[in-house]
This record gives sequence, structure tokens and C-alpha cells, in this order.
Amino acid sequence: MARDTYTELVNTPLGRRISGALGLPQPSRLRRHRPGAPVIDGPVALVGRSTVADRIGEVLLGWGLDVRRHPDPGERIAAVVACFDDVAAPGDLSAPVMELSGLLRQVGPSGRVITVSRRPGATSDPAARAARQGVEGLTRSLAHEMRRGATANGIQLAEDLDADAPGVAGALRFLLSGRSAYVSGQFLTVDTVNGELPRRAEGWDRPLAGQVAVVTGAARGIGAAITEVLRRDGAEIIAVDVPAAGEQLAATANRVRGTALQLDVTVQDAGERLVAHAAQHHGRLDIVVHNAGITRDKLLANMTPDRWDSVIAVNIESQLRINRALLASELFDHGPRIVSLASTSGIAGNRGQSNYAASKAGVMGMVSASQDLLGSRHGTINAVAPGFIETEMTAKIPPITRQVARRLSSLNQGGLPVDVAETIAFLASPSAGGTSGLTLRVCGQNLVGA
Amino acid sequence: MAQANARDAVIVGGNRIPFAKAHTAYTDVSNQDMFTSALNGLVARFGLQEQRLGAVAGGAVQKHSKNFNLMRESVLGSPLDPHTPAYDVQMACATGMEAIGSLADKIRMGRIDSAVGGGVDTISDAPIVVTDGLRSILMEANRAKTTGARLKALAKIRPGHLAPQAPGVAEPRTGLSMGDHMAITAHAWGITRGEQDELAAASHQNLAAAYDRGFFDDLITPFRGVQRDTIMRPDTTAEKLARLKPVFGRDLGDEATMTAANSTALTDGASTVLLGSEEWADEHDLPKLANFVDYELAAVDFVDGAEGLLMAPAYAAARMLARNGLTFEDFEHFEIHEAFASTVLAQMRAWEDADFCRNKLGLDRPLGRIDPARLNVNGSSLAAGHPFAATGGRVVASLAKMLHGRPGKLGFISVCAAGGQGITAIVEGR
Repeated sequence: MARDTYTELVNTPLGRRISGALGLPQPSRLRRHRPGAPVIDGPVALVGRSTVADRIGEVLLGWGLDVRRHPDPGERIAAVVACFDDVAAPGDLSAPVMELSGLLRQVGPSGRVITVSRRPGATSDPAARAARQGVEGLTRSLAHEMRRGATANGIQLAEDLDADAPGVAGALRFLLSGRSAYVSGQFLTVDTVNGELPRRAEGWDRPLAGQVAVVTGAARGIGAAITEVLRRDGAEIIAVDVPAAGEQLAATANRVRGTALQLDVTVQDAGERLVAHAAQHHGRLDIVVHNAGITRDKLLANMTPDRWDSVIAVNIESQLRINRALLASELFDHGPRIVSLASTSGIAGNRGQSNYAASKAGVMGMVSASQDLLGSRHGTINAVAPGFIETEMTAKIPPITRQVARRLSSLNQGGLPVDVAETIAFLASPSAGGTSGLTLRVCGQNLVGA
Repeated sequence: MAQANARDAVIVGGNRIPFAKAHTAYTDVSNQDMFTSALNGLVARFGLQEQRLGAVAGGAVQKHSKNFNLMRESVLGSPLDPHTPAYDVQMACATGMEAIGSLADKIRMGRIDSAVGGGVDTISDAPIVVTDGLRSILMEANRAKTTGARLKALAKIRPGHLAPQAPGVAEPRTGLSMGDHMAITAHAWGITRGEQDELAAASHQNLAAAYDRGFFDDLITPFRGVQRDTIMRPDTTAEKLARLKPVFGRDLGDEATMTAANSTALTDGASTVLLGSEEWADEHDLPKLANFVDYELAAVDFVDGAEGLLMAPAYAAARMLARNGLTFEDFEHFEIHEAFASTVLAQMRAWEDADFCRNKLGLDRPLGRIDPARLNVNGSSLAAGHPFAATGGRVVASLAKMLHGRPGKLGFISVCAAGGQGITAIVEGR
């Protein structure tokens, strides 16, 4: 993995003084999840008068957090949850926004702002949709303004969804916690009452206990990090990679006490073989993470059929075929979860990556089109789109480009494989049962990177 | 079959590293490194981390004296529970088979519930020994009580003492290399150059086809960037092999038939096989590919030339088949270790020969012909290579996979060994 020496330097006393004096970016060490640690350390300010706001206040109190309607001026606060779910016209934004504005200087390092609103597309009333969409612009801009590792994200609820839905608490907890360290300027949608919250407080640290998860492309990099986080969260791991990567795959499987399956995901019966392995060795299958992917970069003018076809075959066709086999299996029938790796290249495009971007945009299309298929068995399917993540792959980017890519994000740094893995683990967890068909970016609000 | 009241010894699966031609990819790797890697891959495939197994047994033919506890040290370097006992076995090229066979017996008798058997060998890191003269001087210096006495002993060292002695492949009692021994047997049985080259070419083609089918996807874990056996030549043909000059039995002149291609090359590699009782396999959600039914050891008196050095499996087969009430017609697959192409052909010729079967094996009629279409169908040692002690594990795991899903179908194994020894075994699909 590439080392971000600049971030390390800036986080020394001298480095902080110099970079501050020169007006250079000042990336902070991000707060990341540690099992047993509190969801967030410090008071949480609650903005908004709706019933959703009241309910969210109860949820936060239930987690033992110090919830304030009116924090003392000057007091350090860890997070602000601002509820805009009752706005009916743009003029309604003003009061809660100004209340939020007054709190921002009190938000501490790695703090959080979370806006809560209704989905814009769920209303056809022009003024209401304008107000709701206004919350999106507000949240994204605020994310750019946050400092010292703090982030701003939104939760968007379906039109009539009750705030008691488990997915609301699940999304809230994820966004407050260190699990979402590198997620900023994003919206988590909660559409259904599906999902389940841990019955005991300790359950939040092992939400996947007893479940079995397949991770493809698990030999190294982000895939290996995903196996470790899913294992930490309680899942049994089936680590999959091509036979050629078998030695590192075995090391991954042994590290997480799972099983290794040497399998090329592009073979016709890959899905059936996954299911057979899960049935034989684990007796169940709950989560599939489609992480295997390749890049074969070329400008489109220089594109060759093998470069185009191999990227499409590995990055999207294999997922479609495996999903068909999974959905035909009785083993994958009990609230199953699929999480696919998309990419910010698939959202914004990237020079030299037409094949890769096509495949990753394809993943997002597949995910949104598959939510009903999964929903019929109380499952979900979502995608995660990483931005610039410090991996062996991004370590090969030329140094200057790499530095620029890091500083372009709102957090002034690249993400870590564990950040991607945390988001995947959340989407695979029972508390995210209300979210499906979504592509969530883990990019520090940056659109550069593979 | 051999013990009607014993329980089944189930072959769960196997793992090996790709075999590499000696002095190439694994030059700087030790036996312990290779076996530990094979073990790591096995543990990963079957999720055996932190599990205590009944025993791990295996060995190496070419072994440093510091590796006296090779299996135990490998276990300690693996993710297995360190409470797993392990011991070394050594029976020349039949080391792996003897390790697996005796572990299967322990499982059948209820002494243990699970085991890993296998073997490893390296020619690239062979134990080099000093001359006997130098060794006695060093021992004398070691025993000396004063510095003066120590220096006096060491002063006896002469340049001639310093020539290292690599372990030989020559038979200690005849001074002949294994290949030259085999050349005598092949000549006696009239094994032709053409049939040897055909068998060798088929071995390469079969092994390559098995790779292409993905047959080895759950039998091999890459090691040090090597993904396939490096000796394999997928595009070789009998015609190409016919151009090579003989290297063994050259005193036979024009009648010499054994070349570098129809003899196994020196090889580095390691293999493992996971065995267990039926209950143990079920409790751990593990597949049951086949049963290890029975095995038989034999040895021949080759020293005075009464029998060929590598013909012991011919005798083992006769006793093993009689004990189990079987004939060759009862078997679906035959795995006859290709020490040399002529080894396989001479054994098969002997089993078809009425005189041999009557006079040497004491049988009323020949054991019969083995259909070449059932022989080494996924390649054997000529193509995969032959890291001596690792061959048994390679054969057992592959054969068990071939018989999986075909309950009751039988597979036959023959592995010859130095010192005029050999092992045969029966595996039954399930």
C-alpha cells in the first residue's frame, strides 16, 4: 500500500505549523472504527422539530449519547443531525439551516453533520421537490467546507417511511461512526422497513455474527481488507480469487480463518461453484461481495477488442451471471445481501478508462435494476464506488498525479482499503436492510481515481 | 475390505505446490518452506485454522539432519493448532504413500480421526555432506579438551578433505544408478523406445489437458509465482522425443532406449492429503472424495539381479488384489508412478505375463492387461515431475478427485522406490 508521507508530516507539530503558515492542505488523521469504542465521542446536537427529529433523538439517547437541542455556545460538539424532512418549499430551509450554521464552528475533529430529508423524487410537487433537492446541494457544499476530518452526509427517506424503520437507525449509526470515515457529501437512502437492529448493544460490533460471506478478488488489496472487516464483524469468510493468485489467497483465508476457493469468476459455472462450495463447507450463504475487477487502460482511439472484452467480462458480465446462479439457489434465500464494487470512474468517467468506466457504470445499472429481484427474498443489492484509495494499484500512479489526487478530496487525503470495506460491511449488515439499489461513494468527495 | 470391521478412512482432498525442475524456481527454498506452503494451502482450502488434527506425517528423501522434525516444524509454522502431533516418515520414493497409508490405517482403527499425509523433496537444497576423513577430524577437534589438542586435530585437514559429497542417486549396494538399473529391467522385458516415448508424450498431453480443464484448481496452490508444473511440455509429441539420445543403459549400445524425456527429471515440490473418518469429515462440513481402502508394501531382491530394482509393485499388487478379492478388471483408473516410462511398461508387461505371474507371483493365471485409456489419464511423473517423497500425495489426491461422485468405483496406485521397494494401494470413489 502507498504511504501518504505528506499526511504523516502534517500531523507532526512542526509540520502543522509550516503547512498552516503556507496555506497548504491540512489532512487530518481520520477517526476510524474500533470495536468497543463509542459510536461517537461527545455531544450530538439535534436540529429540527419534526416527529422524525424527535424519533432520531430517542434513537441517539438509546445509544447512550449526549443529545442536545441547544448546545452551550462555544462547547465542542461531535456531530449535528439536522432534520429537513418536513420542508415543503425552499423558504422552509432557512430556519433550520441558520440553526445548523450557528453550530458548525463547534464541531470537533472527525465530527459529523448528517442531514435528514425525504427523497426528492418521491414528490411531484415542484416546491417540495425543490426544497428537498435543495438539501442535497446544501449537504454537498457543506461537505466541501468541513475541516479536520469531519464529514457531511445525508439520509434520504422514502415518502411515507416511518422514522422507526431499522434502516434509519442503521444509516444514522453508520454515518456517525468511524466506519464512514472516508464517506462525505453522500446520501444514504432508506426506502423500506426491512432490516433488523442488534438486540443488545454489543451486537453493533458483530452485526454479521453467524453469517457466511463470499468475497471475490480476495487475495490482496481492497478484497483482502473486505475479508478482514467482514470477519471482524462476525462473518465466516469464503475467499475467492483466480487460481494464479492462490498463494496470497491462502494467506488471506488463513488470516481470517475462512476457506479459500480458487475460481475464475468469468467461467460459466462460477456461480454454481460458489454455491456448491458454500453449501459443502459452510452450510449457508448470506453475503456476496463482487470485488474482483481488472483495469486495461487505453484511450478509446487505441482500444483493442481483448482489452475491452476482458474488462467487461470480469467487471460486469461475471457479476450478472453469478447473480443469476445465486438467485436460482435455495441457499441464498434468507435475506441475502449482494454488494458490488463500482467506481467513481463509472460516475464521472476517466480518461483512458472507457472500458473500465463502462463496466463500473454497468455495475451501478445492474444494482439498481436488481433491487426487486433481491427484495422478493427480503434481500438487498447495493454498490460501493471507491474514489482514490491507497492500494498497490494506486501506488503505481506517478507521484505528482498521486499527490494531486489525494488533495483533491474534501478530506485532503486518499482513503484506505478499510474505508471501502467498512461501507461494504455496513451495506451487508442487517441494519442496512432498508437500503437497496444504491451506489454509495467512498471517495472523500473526490471523483478522481479508479 | 481388508478389515471388514474397520471404519472408512476418507480422503477429503489435497493440496500441493506446483512442481519445479530442480535448480530453477525453488532454488533458494527449503523442504520446510515448501511443505509449510503446501500445508498452508490445504488449511486454507478446508478451513482448518486452529484445528487440532490427529497427526501430520510425511517426509523427505533428501533431508538435512537439522530437519529431524521436518513435519512437526512445518505444523508449527502453519495455522494448524500447535497441539497437532507430527512425525517424519522415510521410505525413498514411496515415503508419501507409506505416510498416507499408515495414517489411513490409524483412522480405520479408530486411533485418530483426522490426519494430513504427504511429502516434500528438494534437489536444489540437497544436504551436502563432508568427506568421512574431514568428519572424523572435526569430531576429534570437537572432543579435544585443550586449544592445543584442538589445533593439532585441525592441522590434519588436507585439501582433499574439502571436496563436498552430494547425496548420490546410485544404489548403495550395486553402485548402479536407478536409471541404469531400470535399463536392465526394460531390456529384459523388451520394452521398446517407441512405446516409452509414446507414454511420455501422453503424460505431458494429459497433464496439460487436465490443467486446461481446471482439474487442478482445487488440488494445487501456486508457490513463489509458479502456477503450473514447470517440467510439463504441453506441445511435446512422441516424434519429438524420438530425437533424443539415450542417457541410461548406454552399455546396451544400439539397444539403449532410456532418454532424459522418458525418465523423470530431478524435481522440487511438496504435496499434502487430508484424511479423516466419515464422522470427522461430516462434523467439519468437509467433502468425502473417496476411501483409502488398502495398501501393500513389497520389496524385491535386486542386489544379485534376481529381480529388477523397481519391480516391487508387481508383487505388492498380486498380494493386495488377492486379499481384497479383486482383479484389474474391477478398476476404473490406474495411477502407476512414472519413475521411468519403462517402469510403468515393465510392470504392466509382467502382470500380463503368464510365466512371471506363475513363477514369481504364484498365480494360476496372469493378472491381466491394463487398458492404456485408464492409465495416468491426468498425467503422471514424467510430465509433473517427481519430487521423491511428494509423489504419493500428488497421486492420491488426484485419484480421489477423479473417483469422486462415482461411489464404489475403484482406483489402483503403484509407486516404486529405491532399495527394491514399492507400494500399491486401492482407492474407492464415494
